[in-house]
Amino acid sequence: MDSKRRNFLKIAGLSAIAGIGAPSAFNMLLKGEALASGGHGAPAAQGEHGAAAVTGKRYGMVIDVKKFADNPGLAEQCVKTCHSIHNVPDFGNRKDEIKWVWAEKFQHTFPEHSQYKKNDGLNELPILTLCNHCDKPPCVRACPTKATFKNKDGIVAMDYHRCIGCRFCMAACPYGARSFNWRDPRGKDENGNPFIKELNPTFPTRMRGVVEKCNFCVERLAIGQIPACVEVASSAGALVFGDLNDPNSEVSEKLRSSFTIQRKPALGTHPSLFYII
Amino acid sequence: MIEKALKGNKGYWAWLMFLLAIMGVGGMCYAQQFNYGLGITGMSRDVTWGLYISQFTFLVGVAAGGLMLVLPYYVHNYKAFGRITILGEFMAIAAVAMCLMFIIADLGQPMRAMNVMLHPTPNSMLFWDMIVLNGYLFLNIICGWQVLHAEYKGIKYPKWVKPFIYLSIPWAISIHTVTAFLYCGLPGRHFWLTAVLAPRFLASAFAAGPALLMVIALIMKKVANFDVGQEAKDKLVTIIGYAALVNFFLLGCEVFVGYYSNIPGHMHTLDYLFFGLGHGDHVFNNLVPFMRASVVMGVIGIITLFLSRVKKCDGMLAIACILIFISLWIDKGLGLVLGGFVPTPLEYVVEYVPSAVELGITAAVWATGFFILTILYKLVVSVKRVSES
Repeated sequence: MDSKRRNFLKIAGLSAIAGIGAPSAFNMLLKGEALASGGHGAPAAQGEHGAAAVTGKRYGMVIDVKKFADNPGLAEQCVKTCHSIHNVPDFGNRKDEIKWVWAEKFQHTFPEHSQYKKNDGLNELPILTLCNHCDKPPCVRACPTKATFKNKDGIVAMDYHRCIGCRFCMAACPYGARSFNWRDPRGKDENGNPFIKELNPTFPTRMRGVVEKCNFCVERLAIGQIPACVEVASSAGALVFGDLNDPNSEVSEKLRSSFTIQRKPALGTHPSLFYII
Repeated sequence: MIEKALKGNKGYWAWLMFLLAIMGVGGMCYAQQFNYGLGITGMSRDVTWGLYISQFTFLVGVAAGGLMLVLPYYVHNYKAFGRITILGEFMAIAAVAMCLMFIIADLGQPMRAMNVMLHPTPNSMLFWDMIVLNGYLFLNIICGWQVLHAEYKGIKYPKWVKPFIYLSIPWAISIHTVTAFLYCGLPGRHFWLTAVLAPRFLASAFAAGPALLMVIALIMKKVANFDVGQEAKDKLVTIIGYAALVNFFLLGCEVFVGYYSNIPGHMHTLDYLFFGLGHGDHVFNNLVPFMRASVVMGVIGIITLFLSRVKKCDGMLAIACILIFISLWIDKGLGLVLGGFVPTPLEYVVEYVPSAVELGITAAVWATGFFILTILYKLVVSVKRVSES
C-alpha cells in the first residue's frame, strides 16, 4: 500500500513539474518564432504576441515608386550619388559589376508577383532596388567569419577587412543585393581610366576579393545625416527613411497610411524596405 | 614506409612526372589568378560559384564514398574487403585534400582563410564544413596510416586506432550532409532548397566514390598486378549499383515535385538543366547536352554494371564504372552547383563558362589529388606484397 502511494506521489509530482515546466519551456523555444511571425517585424504586431516592448532603433525605408515615375531621372540620380560617395567602381561590364543600389524593372524586383494581365505601366516603373537590411538576414547566417553582421539599429553591415571572399553570402541573399570585387577596384582599365571615377577621400575604397553592398549610409547616420539616396529623393518625397520602432517617425506614419509590399515576404527575412507601387 | 614510394618502374615515374607537369601549369595559372583576382575566372556577379566549388562538392562525395568499404570491413567484419578497404581510406585522404585546395582556390582573400578559425561562427554551415572536412582528413590519415604501418611491421594495428575507425563512419556521413546543408539551407535558391539534397548527395557519393575506386583497382590489377579479389568486386557492384539507383530515384522525385506542383521556381532550374530556359528572346541551354548525357550514361552504366557481374568481365565492369562516375560528376560536379544560380534571384538568366585559367587550376588540383593517391597506393601495393608473401 505504502509503496503504491509512494509511486503515485512520485508520478503526480513529476507530472506537476512537467505540467508547469513544459509550457514555459515551449514558450522559451517558441519565443523567437513568435517574434518572427509578428508580421514584418513591425513593433505593433510584435506587441500582440505579448513580447517585451521593442527597444532601440530599427532603420527602415519606404520607397514610393510612383514618385520616381513622376520624376524621370530621379532614380538614376539616387544611384549616381550613392555610387560616387561610396567609391563604387564602374568596370563597364555586367560580369564584374558592383552596385549598391539600382533601378530595376518590376518583374525582376518582384518576380513572385506574376500575373496573366498586368498593368502596362508597371514594367516601365523604375523600381529602386537595394539591400533590404533584413531583420533575419540569410547572408549574416551564412557568413563564416562574421564579416557581415547586423547592427543593433537593424543595419546589415560589412567588415571589408575580415571578409575572406567565399561569396557564401551572395548565394544566401535572395535579393541579389551583394556584389563581389572580382578585380582590383582601385585599378585602371586598359586606357588608364580609373574604375572609381572620382575618389571620395572620406569613405574607404575596397580591395580585390571582398564582398560589398549598400550599408544604409551608416557612416552618414553616425554624423546625423540621412542616407544619400534619401537626401536626393527628399524633395520629391520618393524615399522616406527612419526608425520603424518609433511610432511617431515619418516612416512609421507612412507605413500606417499606405499599402506597401515587400520583396519575397514568404522567405521570412523580414526586410526593412517597403514599396508603394 | 614512405621509402617504398621512391622505388618504381618507368611507368610509375612517367605518370608522376605527367601529374607534376599539370600541377606546374596549374600553379602558374593560380599565380595569375592570385595577382589579378577571381575576375580571371568565368564567375560573375550572378553566377558567383563556378567549377571550384562544384568540384569541391563532388569530391566531398568521393571522400565520403570510402565509408562503403570501411563499414562492411570493420563493423561487419567482411573479410573480402581486406585489400580494398585501405584503398578507400587513402582515396578519402586524396579527395579531402582536393576539396581543401578547391576551397582555397575559390577564396577572394585566400590569405585570410584562417579567419574561419579566428572568428568561429557556428551559425555558418561553412564553419562546420571546415571542421568536418579537416576532421575527416585527420581521421583517415590516422586510421589508414596506422593500419598500413602495422601491416608493414607485420603486427596488428594498435588498439587505440579502433575508436577512430568507428568514429570515421558517422563522420563520413557528416561531411556530405554538412556540404549539402551549405546549399539546402539558403532561402530563395529553389533548386537547392530541398530536404532530399543531403540524402541525394550521400546516394551519389556512395556510387561515385566506389566507382572511381573500382576503376583504379582494375587499373592496378593491370599495371601493378594487385588484385582486390572477385568477391570484393562483386560486392562493390551491388553497392555502386544500388546507390546509383537511389540517386536517380531521388532525382526523379525532384522532377516530380517540380513539374507536378507546377511552381515556377521549382521548375526553372530543371528547365534550364534539361531543356533550356528562355529569357527575353533567347533560350539558355549550355548545360543541356551535359545533363542529358549524364542521364543516358547513368542508365547505361547501371545496366552494364549488373551485366558485367553476370559475365564476370573486367572490361565491361570498368566501362560501367567510368560511365557511372562521369554521369554523377556531371550531375553534381556541374549541374547541381551551376544550375542553382539559374535563374538569378531577380530572375535573369546568366550563363557561366569557365575560363582557361580556371580550367588550368581545376586540372592542377585534380592532378595533385591523383599525385597523392598514386604515392599512397604505391605504398599499399608494396606493403601488401611483402606482408602477404
